[in-house]
Amino acid sequence: MSFLTLTSLQKSFGPVQVVKDFNMSIEKGEFISFLGPSGCGKTTVLRMIAGFETPSGGAITIDGRSQQNLRPNQRNIGMVFQAYALFPNMNVAENVAFGLKVAGRPKAEIDARVKEMLGLIKLDHLADRYPYQMSGGQQQRVALARALAPKPQVLLLDEPLSALDAKIRVSLREEIRQIQQQLGITTVFVTHDQEEALSISDRIVVMNAGKADQIGKPADIYNRPATRFVANFVGTLNLIEAKVVDPAANRVSIGDQGVTLREPLGNAKAGDTVSLALRPEAGSTAPDARGDTALTGEVVSSNFLGSVIRTRMKVGDSIISFDMFNSPGLVPPTVGETVTLRFTAGDLLVIRD
Amino acid sequence: MRKFWAWGALIFGMLYFILPLLGMTNFSLKMRRGVYSLDAYAVVLGDPRFQATFTYSILMALATIVFGVLLVVPTAYWVRLKLPGLRPYIEFVTLLPLVIPAIVIVFGYIRLYNTSSWLPLTGSITGTNILLMFGYATLALPYMYRSVDTGLRSIDIATLTEAAQSLGAGWTTILARIILPNVLVAVLSGAFLTFAIVIGEFTMAALLNRPAFGPYMQLLGANRAYEPAALAVMSFALTWGCLGLIQLVSRFQKGAQSAT
Repeated sequence: MSFLTLTSLQKSFGPVQVVKDFNMSIEKGEFISFLGPSGCGKTTVLRMIAGFETPSGGAITIDGRSQQNLRPNQRNIGMVFQAYALFPNMNVAENVAFGLKVAGRPKAEIDARVKEMLGLIKLDHLADRYPYQMSGGQQQRVALARALAPKPQVLLLDEPLSALDAKIRVSLREEIRQIQQQLGITTVFVTHDQEEALSISDRIVVMNAGKADQIGKPADIYNRPATRFVANFVGTLNLIEAKVVDPAANRVSIGDQGVTLREPLGNAKAGDTVSLALRPEAGSTAPDARGDTALTGEVVSSNFLGSVIRTRMKVGDSIISFDMFNSPGLVPPTVGETVTLRFTAGDLLVIRD
Repeated sequence: MRKFWAWGALIFGMLYFILPLLGMTNFSLKMRRGVYSLDAYAVVLGDPRFQATFTYSILMALATIVFGVLLVVPTAYWVRLKLPGLRPYIEFVTLLPLVIPAIVIVFGYIRLYNTSSWLPLTGSITGTNILLMFGYATLALPYMYRSVDTGLRSIDIATLTEAAQSLGAGWTTILARIILPNVLVAVLSGAFLTFAIVIGEFTMAALLNRPAFGPYMQLLGANRAYEPAALAVMSFALTWGCLGLIQLVSRFQKGAQSAT
C-alpha cells in the first residue's frame, strides 16, 4: 500500500474548479515533484495535503490514516514556503526548536535535535543569528531544518527555490535532494521550473488545468511526453504537423519529405494530420543523410547560446529547431543555407492531445 | 529663499507650541513670591488625593491596556487572516469613539448598566471600575486598533501562521509566540497612547464617580492657582515619557528590521 494517497481529489473556489479528480499514490521515501504553469492547481493540491485547504471532494491518506478531519497542526507534515516564513522574533536555533517545543519535547532532546539539524544544513555557526541577518539561501536552509526537526511523516516544499538567485538555486536543490535521500523522507515538491523537477525527482507529476496530464520518471516525462501540453511544457520541443501516408507502415510526410516512425499511428487513416514532436537535441546535421530518418530544409536563423548553437530550418510549412554542441572548430549554418538533419525513427514522437 | 521659509515655519511652529508650555512652566515655578521654587510641585506630590487618584488611574490604565491587547490583537489578526472583507467595517467601528463624544458613550453605559438593568455594573465599586475600564478601552480603540493593524501589515501573517501550524502550533501558541512578539512595538505604541489617554481622561471617570486623576486635575484647577500648572507640566512630562518609550522600544526590539 502506498504511503501517501490522493484519491479523486477536487477543489473549487466558488464556481472555479482548480483541482479536478486528482489521483496519485506516493511511496514512502519518494521525492515527487508537481510541475506545471501558474494556476494549474499544483500548490492547491499541496495545501490540501498540508490541511490549509479543505478538499471539495476526494480523500487524502498518509500511512493508511485519513487526513480528512485533521487540522494542519495535527498532521505531522513539515512544510517549507517560498517566502521562507522564518519567525522574525526568533533566532535560528529557536526557529528550528519551535516545532519540538510545541510538541513538549524535553529540553535535552530539543537541544540535541537542533544541533543535529543545524549540522545537517551546515549552519551550526549561525545558531544565534536572526532571520534578517541571513541571506535568502541561508534562511531557506533554516526553514528546511525547522520543517524536518519534528520528524514529520511527509515534507512539503512549496516552490522553495523560486525567491533565490540562479546559483544558490542549483546548489540548494542538490542539498535538498541529498538531505531527503539521507533521511528517506517522503517529499512533495512544487515547482514551475522544469529543470528543478527533472534534476531532483524520483517521479514528476505534470499538471495542467487542475489535473495530472502525466505522472512518470523524469526521463519518461522528457523523452515520452504523453500529451501535447507535456511536450510543450517540459523542455524545448518542435511540434510538427505531418500527413499520414501509410498508417500500416507508420509512414508520414512532412512537407514533401517522407518519414517512417517507430511508433504506431493508432487509428489514423491515410490523409489524416498527426502531430509529431522532435527535441532540438535529438538530431544532428549530416550533409549526405537521406531516407526515412532525415529532413532537409532551409536555415532561417542560427543563434549562439553558449554551449549550443540553435538553428531553425524550414521544412514544408513547419519550422524545426535543432541544437549543435559548440566547439572551437564548428562553423554554424548560415541563413539561407540548405541543411539536412538526421535523427533516429524513435526520436520522432506521435503526440496525442 | 526656500530655506528661509522652512526655518521661518519651523520657528513659528515651535513658538506656537513651546511658548505656552514655557509660560505655564514658568508660572508653576512662581508659587513662592519673588523667587523660582518647586513649591507647587511639592504641594501636588504631597497631596494624598494626588497619590490616590494617580495610583488609581495608573492601575486603570494597566487594566485597560491588558484588556485592549487581549481584545484588539486577536481581532485585528483574525480580520486580516480570515475576514479581510470585513476590514473596512471593523475600521469604521474602531473610529466611532473619535466622533461620538465620551459623554454620550458614558451616558449610554449608565443607561444600559445601571442598578435596575439586567447587568447592574454601576451597583458596585468593582462593577463601576470594570465599566470605566471598558469605557477607557473604547476611547483608546482607534489608537490601539490602528497601531496593531499597522504592525500586522508589516509581517506576512498568513505564511507565518501556516508555518507555525505545520509545526504543530495551535491558535493560542501562534498568537502568543509568533504574532504578538512580532507586533510588540505596535502593541506598545498603542499601549502608551492608551496610558496617556487614561491618565488624563475626565468625563467618564467624573460621571461614573470614580477617584481618577482627570477629575482630580479638574478639581485642583478650579480651586488653586499654581498647583494646576505644576500638574499640567507633570502630565506633559508623563505623555512625552510615554512617546519616548515608544521610540526606545521600537529601536531595541529584536528582529525589528526583519521581513518574512
